[in-house]
Amino acid sequence: MQTETRTDTRTEAQQQQAHCHYVLRLADTSLVLGQRLAEWIGHAPALEEDLALANLSLDLIGQARLLLTYAGELEGQGRDEDALAFLRDAPEFLNLALAEQPNGDFAHTIVRQWLIDAWQLEIYGALEHSSDTRLAAIAAKAIRETRYHYRFSSGWLVRLGDGTAESRQRTQRALDDLWRFTAELFAPDGIDERMSRAGIGASLPELASRWSARVEEDLRAATLTRPATQPFPWHGKRGVHTEHLGHLLGEMQHLQRSYPGARW
Amino acid sequence: MYTQALDTHGKEAAGGAEADPQVARFQARIDAEEKIEPKDFMPEAYRQTLIRQISQHAHSEIVGMLPEGNWITRAPSLKRKAVLIAKVQDEGGHGMYLYSAAETLGISRAQMFEQLLSGAAKYSSIFNYPTLTWADVGAIGWLVDGAAIMNQIPICRCSYGPYARAMVRICKEESFHQRQGFEIMLTLTQGTYAQRTMAQDALNRWWWPSLMMFGPSDADSKHTAQSMRWKIKRFSNDELRQKFIDITVPQAHFLGLTIPDDELHWDEASQHYHVGPIDWSEFYAVLKGNGPCNRERLEARQRAHEAGRWVREAAAAHAERERIRSMQRASGVAA
Amino acid sequence: MTESDWPLFEVFIRSRSGLEHKHVGSLHAADARMAVEHARDVYTRRQEGVSLWVVRSADIVASDPEEADALFEPARDKVYRHPSFYAIPAEVKNL
Repeated sequence: MQTETRTDTRTEAQQQQAHCHYVLRLADTSLVLGQRLAEWIGHAPALEEDLALANLSLDLIGQARLLLTYAGELEGQGRDEDALAFLRDAPEFLNLALAEQPNGDFAHTIVRQWLIDAWQLEIYGALEHSSDTRLAAIAAKAIRETRYHYRFSSGWLVRLGDGTAESRQRTQRALDDLWRFTAELFAPDGIDERMSRAGIGASLPELASRWSARVEEDLRAATLTRPATQPFPWHGKRGVHTEHLGHLLGEMQHLQRSYPGARW
Repeated sequence: MYTQALDTHGKEAAGGAEADPQVARFQARIDAEEKIEPKDFMPEAYRQTLIRQISQHAHSEIVGMLPEGNWITRAPSLKRKAVLIAKVQDEGGHGMYLYSAAETLGISRAQMFEQLLSGAAKYSSIFNYPTLTWADVGAIGWLVDGAAIMNQIPICRCSYGPYARAMVRICKEESFHQRQGFEIMLTLTQGTYAQRTMAQDALNRWWWPSLMMFGPSDADSKHTAQSMRWKIKRFSNDELRQKFIDITVPQAHFLGLTIPDDELHWDEASQHYHVGPIDWSEFYAVLKGNGPCNRERLEARQRAHEAGRWVREAAAAHAERERIRSMQRASGVAA
Repeated sequence: MTESDWPLFEVFIRSRSGLEHKHVGSLHAADARMAVEHARDVYTRRQEGVSLWVVRSADIVASDPEEADALFEPARDKVYRHPSFYAIPAEVKNL
């Protein structure tokens, strides 16, 4: 009897932790991507693009705040959105490795954005029907933003791919550079499967083909070539990142780390 | 938002033209508080003064995105980060409203941008100062936005319609900018010793440049009278500066901060705060291009513009190709 | 079109159902789709929009202020278009 109770408690705890990590993955992806976009503000190709990128950044940070707050509650250790954003080190971040890739030129930023927007369309679309009503509500709000983001990024993908010779060259280059990070997008692991079985999380294999079809169509319109599939050694979802995340966090977390305990 | 009283008059002949009946009618409309719209008759000097003033105001907003933008990636909380992004985004938007108002006067955005990037155009000198700590973000919101609002509200009633309407829009959006700055300062002064010191240090560096935003005393400006007659300028530099001082000093006292001016005192007779002498040589040096960050600010914008050239070209090329394709589709020709 | 002159578009916004579209300003964009997105980003940051129109500035036909007399003066003569021209007894309601 006692053994069963201990197992139940441990299973429950594991489930709770998986749930928390599942939400953190979404939160961290939005946070890291939002931070990357914020780096562009004041330096974009045109004033109108400064505003557009700032708008995307704001939306993503907003998503991150809602998701981080929820993850903190699921964790149950009293960590709020800022404690999670500013006081975790890189191995504890669970964002997609694609999100932390540097901005590079505008083509890199647009390709990165478009790949993640298409991914978020599928994920948030599925999560709107999650049995976790809090998560479903966040997804319902987020997907409206993502539709606009996708319109922006896919529009630019086509303009750049089917623009000048230089812009096509740069965009194909960006695609070739970033493609290997897409392997992580729909590769399910233990947490994904656990959450999917519980009706909380999205079933990745189902969404993968839809994402792929959409990506193919956009690439055709942009006159770009889909790169060959490559194996992928990093797993941002499990806290195994590229070297870029450390620098991003160093900059982002600097003030809170320098003045521990201060209120801002 | 970042208006500064800059000398916007040029070499066009302004005086003596009242003999012309068209000019007299124009002045009569202004005296009657009518709005001048883009296609109405206006003296060339009026048009050029406005082009300079509006474009300088627009440039100030654009360059103004940089000192605060400097702290977006390092904002110390997610809420502060979001608010700062929104503020800087607003500034960009304000620049756009103003460029669009200036374009109604016959100058293009490309020309104005060229003037900014080449260093030919002036912009508010306050943005040539560096933002060295997080407290600077608070000080800018509190002091610089505060000064700008004071400069800006009267312009909502200026004689040129598009400029006045842009300013009304801008003033409506300003309200949270100054409050967020003051709130940052309040949080710091209620925080740790290190934070309070940070706040005082920021005030020390931003106080005098903020007073200089109102421009030199009108006694030293020969063009104030003409701008007042044209209802482009509605209050004198000194009047606005004094109003700003009287409002801001008590706010500093509330924060528990010390204004960096040994001669600052309340004058019972005039019912105003009196400040010590302003070092106008610093102002002119910064205006001439020798401020701490003039070079960096312009270079940042130049680099962004250059780096973005291939992007803008691509968009234009794609749009042209699409236009041809749709024409071919319409006329039944295979694309 | 060169890179430095994406065409100018005028922006009109209807902020609430029941109201008409109002001119709010202008912006530059390479194509109409971009113009709508830019208009949304610049002019509706505080949710001030239910409907957006963007029109190339070059396509707008405006009346000439010089002709204001010819265009609008005759209308001022036609008093019978204004309700005040007609004398209705006070006892008659709803007119």
